[in-house]
Order: sequence, then structure tokens, then C-alpha cells
Amino acid sequence: MKKEGASAKTKFFKPQTRKSFITYAMVIVAFVVMQILSSGGYISSMLTGLLVPLCVYSILAVSLNLTVGILGELSLGQAGFMCVGAYTSAIFSIVTSETIENVWIRFPLAILIGGIIAAVFGILIGIPVLRLKGDYLAIVTLAFGEIIKNVFAALYLGYDSKGVHVSLKSLSNLNLEPDGKLILNGPQGISGTPNDSTFIIGAVMLLITLIIAYNFVYSRTGRAVMAIRDNVIAAESVGLNITKYKLVTFALTAFLAGCAGALYSHNFYTLQASKFDYNLSILILVFVVLGGIGSIRGSVIAAIVLVLLPEMLRSINSYRMLIYSIVLIVMMIITSNEKTKTFISANTAKFKALFKREKVKEAE
Amino acid sequence: MAMLEINDLHVNYGMIAALKGISFEVNEGEVISLIGANGAGKTTTLHTLTGLISAKSGSIKFNGVELTKTPAHKIVEMGIAHVPEGRRIFQNLTVLDNLKLGAFTRKDKENIPKDIQDIYERFPRLAERKNQIAGTLSGGEQQMLAMGRALMSRPKIVVMDEPSMGLSPILVSTIFKIIEDIRKSGTTVLLVEQNAKKALAISDRAYVLETGKIVLSGKASDLINDESVKKAYLGE
Repeated sequence: MKKEGASAKTKFFKPQTRKSFITYAMVIVAFVVMQILSSGGYISSMLTGLLVPLCVYSILAVSLNLTVGILGELSLGQAGFMCVGAYTSAIFSIVTSETIENVWIRFPLAILIGGIIAAVFGILIGIPVLRLKGDYLAIVTLAFGEIIKNVFAALYLGYDSKGVHVSLKSLSNLNLEPDGKLILNGPQGISGTPNDSTFIIGAVMLLITLIIAYNFVYSRTGRAVMAIRDNVIAAESVGLNITKYKLVTFALTAFLAGCAGALYSHNFYTLQASKFDYNLSILILVFVVLGGIGSIRGSVIAAIVLVLLPEMLRSINSYRMLIYSIVLIVMMIITSNEKTKTFISANTAKFKALFKREKVKEAE
Repeated sequence: MAMLEINDLHVNYGMIAALKGISFEVNEGEVISLIGANGAGKTTTLHTLTGLISAKSGSIKFNGVELTKTPAHKIVEMGIAHVPEGRRIFQNLTVLDNLKLGAFTRKDKENIPKDIQDIYERFPRLAERKNQIAGTLSGGEQQMLAMGRALMSRPKIVVMDEPSMGLSPILVSTIFKIIEDIRKSGTTVLLVEQNAKKALAISDRAYVLETGKIVLSGKASDLINDESVKKAYLGE
């Protein structure tokens, strides 16, 4: 009886729907478990501090996977878009912290603004850059990411009774009145961002990101984007507007990265632009590659594992990076080598069969 | 007026002139072949026609509308479908997704499921493999999929680039039979082929290309008996 019910269920859902719902369920279960553990006081303060960054990195990995896995183009500008989102949302929150008292209105607005402005940057950069392919695209996006970071690191911004003051030179050039409010202090970054980010908001954002990503991949647009990835000439010959779909994907990636940036900046009181350097972009690319290019669930898992791993290994401090890099190499071999793949899948099949037999015995 | 009129078309790849002023026309309901050796400019002609590369000068008129300045995705909407050389199906998508993408530019979404059924009737092998990843199909099946995908846009004219390339003799005959079927259903066909014998056998008229110029043209039945064609392309 039980078996029939299960098979009816699998027929009822399309395979892709099932795939996405398993991922949503995983995120919800992980959230509930962490929530219970932290309310019971079972997790360390270090791990509590990592909860929001975990959500941020997962969102970044999922969004980059849309460009790298679905569109098939290598982009290394993720940190730059994140920087745009982080800064613009933080500026918005600081400016409106007195006028909009309610966090539940102000923070979603800040996230949305961070995302939209990052998407605008994505489109502006995408128009010239997406004509390039492969390595060239990677290099140019890397450069744009660095430019964005450096411009924000040189920016001074404040406001007083006379209005808004902007300078790219120095604090004294800003001519701010003594009672004026300084928002951006050049290389020292933003300070005074309200700490609005919580684990709940992070988890909800991650869930929304996953819903957007899955619906994008399985939509008509997603199919068109994958067609472009598979064969540009064929895609053009069936009448796809290549530039349009590339830009849409790039902008969506930038939008989600901007939202993640907003979540990130509202987790700290102060934030420097130097945090958004190319190492961060490459770190996110590592999550995507290790999670499996094109696998959205894999991106989330890889992001979580690779963020937690160095922290978990803190106790064996001097060997920490050694073990971390060994894990990276082993995961790379497992995910890229055909032989290891078939070996693993054969063994998991055996394991599953064993498990099933036991279940049948139990039922009997 | 001819359906497709190409007039004094010049195309360059950088400094190299690939097409040096070719002119030809295709009437509605015809099967026209472009034959010629490697490097004659056959594929270049098709790619210029479908907007994948741009012309240096000259004109391409489709039902009176100029195509040389129209982007590729608009040309498909106007009713020209392209079966590219070497199949070029979407390797990582399913057969069904490939067919759906063929209908991407269509506005009448409600008729698409029926057309997919029609394609399955025409190519029963595709129906058997509809949920299979296209990259796992055999060469012949991939060619059928590429043709089916092109027909999904309900084209007025189908442009085919070497559909018989790399296929076994039996499959080549099947593919040519399909081309005849397509023509019978009322679609015009512009065919580029190296297999001149087979191509001429099913065509109404043909043009012979040599290093970017049309050197011969006429009824296919006449060309097939032409001495120079026989010598150069039919291996007799």
C-alpha cells in the first residue's frame, strides 16, 4: 500500500518540481534545526556569527551558478556586484533609519534597492562585456569588479543642512558642516549601518533566491539561455535574441548578488570596500565549481561546507589550510573524474538496495 | 515576384572575399540546390541569408523585405528556418526542449503541441526519444531533430546546410526523402549540398558555385546531364 502511494506521488510532480522542492525542504529543515539548537544554547557563538554569512554565501553561489552553469559564461565580477548592493543598501538604511522606524519595511526596501542598483550595474557592464567569450569575459568582469571596489573605497559621502556632499579626494574636500552626518569615509568604509540582518531574514532570502533560480531555469527564458550555452549558432538560427537573454541572466545574477551584499552589509556595524576583492569572487566560483556547475542545490551545499570547514578546523590551527586544500582537491577529483563518479554511483545504488531490503523486512 | 531574391551579394571575411557578387532567386514551392566544392561559398551564402554574418554589399529580399540589415532573430520570425551545418542541436537539452525552442519565436502558442505531434508523426524516432538528452542521439536522429526543430517555426522557406553530411548511405536516402516530403507539404526548400547527384535529383533548379561566384545555373534535370558538372561534381 505504502509503495503505491509513493509512486503516485512521484508521478504527480514533474521531476524538476520534485528537485526544487527537495532543495527548499533542505533549507527549511536546516533553518529549523539551527534555530532549535541556538535557542537551546547548543551552538557556539562563533557558529551563531556565521549563520548570516552562510546565507549570504549560499545566495552568491546560487546566483553565480546562473551565469556560470546555465548561461555557461565565466564571470569573476560577483564581488563587485555584491559591493554595489552592500553600499547602496547601507547608505539607504543609514539615511532612512530615522524616517522609517519599522525594520520590517526598511530592511526589505534596502535589500531591494541594493539588488536593483546592482542589476543596473550588471546591465551597464554586461552590454559591452557580454560580447566577449570565455577567458576574456572572465578577465574583464574581474577588472570591473576591482574598479567598483576601488571607486567605493575612494568615495566620501555625507549630508548636512545644505544637502548631500560627495568627494573622491579626501574627507576635508567634502566641506561637511560640523553637525553633518558622514556616511562613507573613503577606505574606512561605511559605519553606522543598522544591524538588521538576522538568520530568519537570511534564510527567507535564500529560499526566495532558490525559488527565483529554479523558476528561471525551468522557464521558457531558462530554456533559451541553456540553448545559447549549448550552441550559439543554433540558438541564433532558431531565432533567439542572444544579447537579450545573456543580459537578462547577467542582470539577474547581479541582482541576487546585490541582495546578498545588502544582507552582508547589514550584518556589520562597519564595512570596508576592501572586503569585496577578487579573492571573494574566486571563492564564490569555487563554491559553484565544487557544488557542480549547473547544480543549484550543489551550490548551496558547497557554500555551506566550505564556509564552515575552516571554522570547524580552527582547533588544529596550523594544519587548517592544509586540510582545507586537501578537501578541495579531493572534492574536485570526485566531481570531475568519470571513474570515481561511476564508482560512487554504483556504491550508492548498492547501499540504497541494501537499505530498501531492510525496509521491506521491517514491513514484513 | 520571386519569394527570395539575392542580388549582387558580396561578403568578406576580413580581407578575404568569400562571395564575389552572386545573384539568384527562389520561387515559392521550389526546391533549389546550391552545389559546389569546399570553400565555394555555399555556407557563407546561407549564413548571410539567415543573418548570422553581415554582407559587405548587395541585397537579399524576402517577399520584398530587405534582409541584409535585419538581425538573425527577426529573420526567423519572418518565416525563414535554418538547419545549420553539422546538426548543431542543443546537446544538453531533451528532444522535446529542442523542438520547443524551434517554436520560440511563434506567437500562436496554442498550436505548438499539435505541431510537435506532427513532427513526431513525420519522425517517429524522435517520438520514441522525446525525453532523451539530444546529445545521446545518433547522427541521423540528430539530423532529423535539427530538421524537426526548423519546421517547428512553421517556416515559409527552410534553408538546409549539408543535411547529408556524415551520414550512412541509407540515412542519406531517408533524409532526401524527408526533404521531398517537406516540399510536398508546401514549404519551399533551399538546399546546400556536396552530394550533388542526390541534390539535383530532387531539385527543380540549381546553381553551381565556384570560389564565390555562380558559374552555372539552370534546371536540375539539365545540369545533371551537363558535361562540366558531371566531371567536377558527379565523378563521372
